[in-house]
Amino acid sequence: MGLLSKKDAKLITDPLADNNPITIQVLGICSALAITAELKASIVMSISVLFVLGIGNVVISLMRNIIPSKIRIIVQLIVVATLVIIVDQVLKAFAYELSKTLSVFVGLIITNCIIMGRFEAFALGNGPWKSFLDGIGNALGYAAILIIVGFFRELLGSGTLLGIKVLGDPIEKTGLYALGYENNGFMLLSPMALIVVGIIIWVQRSRNKALIED
Amino acid sequence: MSKKTDSNVYTVLFAVGMVLVVGALLAFTASSLRPTIDANKRIEKQQNILYAMGVNENDETSVEFVSKDKVADVFSKYIKKQLVIKGDEVSEDEKAYLIDIKKEQASAKAGNKRRLPLFVGEKEGETFYIAPIRGKGLWDAIWGYVAMNKDMVVQGVFFDHKGETPGLGANIKQRFFMDDFKGEDLMSNGQFKGIVVSKSNADPKNEDKNDNEVDAIAGATITGDGVSAMIKSELKLYVPYFKKIK
Repeated sequence: MGLLSKKDAKLITDPLADNNPITIQVLGICSALAITAELKASIVMSISVLFVLGIGNVVISLMRNIIPSKIRIIVQLIVVATLVIIVDQVLKAFAYELSKTLSVFVGLIITNCIIMGRFEAFALGNGPWKSFLDGIGNALGYAAILIIVGFFRELLGSGTLLGIKVLGDPIEKTGLYALGYENNGFMLLSPMALIVVGIIIWVQRSRNKALIED
Repeated sequence: MSKKTDSNVYTVLFAVGMVLVVGALLAFTASSLRPTIDANKRIEKQQNILYAMGVNENDETSVEFVSKDKVADVFSKYIKKQLVIKGDEVSEDEKAYLIDIKKEQASAKAGNKRRLPLFVGEKEGETFYIAPIRGKGLWDAIWGYVAMNKDMVVQGVFFDHKGETPGLGANIKQRFFMDDFKGEDLMSNGQFKGIVVSKSNADPKNEDKNDNEVDAIAGATITGDGVSAMIKSELKLYVPYFKKIK
């Protein structure tokens, strides 16, 4: 990688595995539970967070020397809320269809603790370029988990992927359903998202013992 | 180590400055984009009404509206009359589709007589009566349009929502759910009954069109109940009109 120094590259690769925002930092669990019943929603949410976290981190990093420490959390909240609302308004005016799909996510993004967590833990103490990389890295780490969870929940819960019936038709009893297979409706409910995340955490920690805390 | 950013005066000034900047920025964005956003909303209403009466560009499984630039022409071609029903009075109003159902519901609560918009469409010799409905889902508002024939048998529906859970309640605007309503009778033995989104109707293929039930979406119980409730409470208001035109 010519473009990034080794240290910078680590900012992107670390959150993908050993410092993953969901499985290690345990941030952003709420949205991981809420919207992963479908793969498509997971992907849309991932892209939105990538965008907001990348830009938000840069803005906070640029402001880091003038933000009064006593009210820094409120300032962070205002920055992210303003960003999201401006994007939402612009989309409503120029890409109405897209904004309809995204409108559900607006509230979830503003309150996403990954965003506040990274502002607080990284952007307030580092320069804009590093903060940008950190934002992108963490958003990608978040995306990876969301997509894995969304994949399993949609496949096992509805028998579809991105809305395409990959296992046959459950009502007409074709494909796998002809053999007596049934969709597990429980997968569509939030508790199963938590269990899937739990399994990912378990697999990750049993492969890398260094992650286990006493 | 004390920094200048720690002082109370600085903190207060910063807060005031931030509020002014952010407030101005948001107000500017909102007011300069308002006309475009309003136009988009008008187009959407026309698209939704046409969708309910089956004028759309759907392929096998997708939901596709009449395209944005054509919709005004198509709307005036298919929608023959826009009625406003207020008690026993029925008047025509070509802006009826802009009536805000939320405001009407609120003013009816305050004791006023409600204005009920009804759109009369014609397609291939058949007449459709399309009524807007609005209610509550799990998180926020849900609404839609129901196209009926003169006997109050559903010919098509369109549902939408503000913030239902993606993958669960949000699926009320998917084809598999909306298409189930086609052909369902809102009446039962001459009485208005509505259509219930049922978890126990044992008819997942929706072959029985007279049971006043459609199959529910797993994991979206409250959104489904909201759909049943808004169909019942809103379309009931139109029953006197349908009795009259018979």
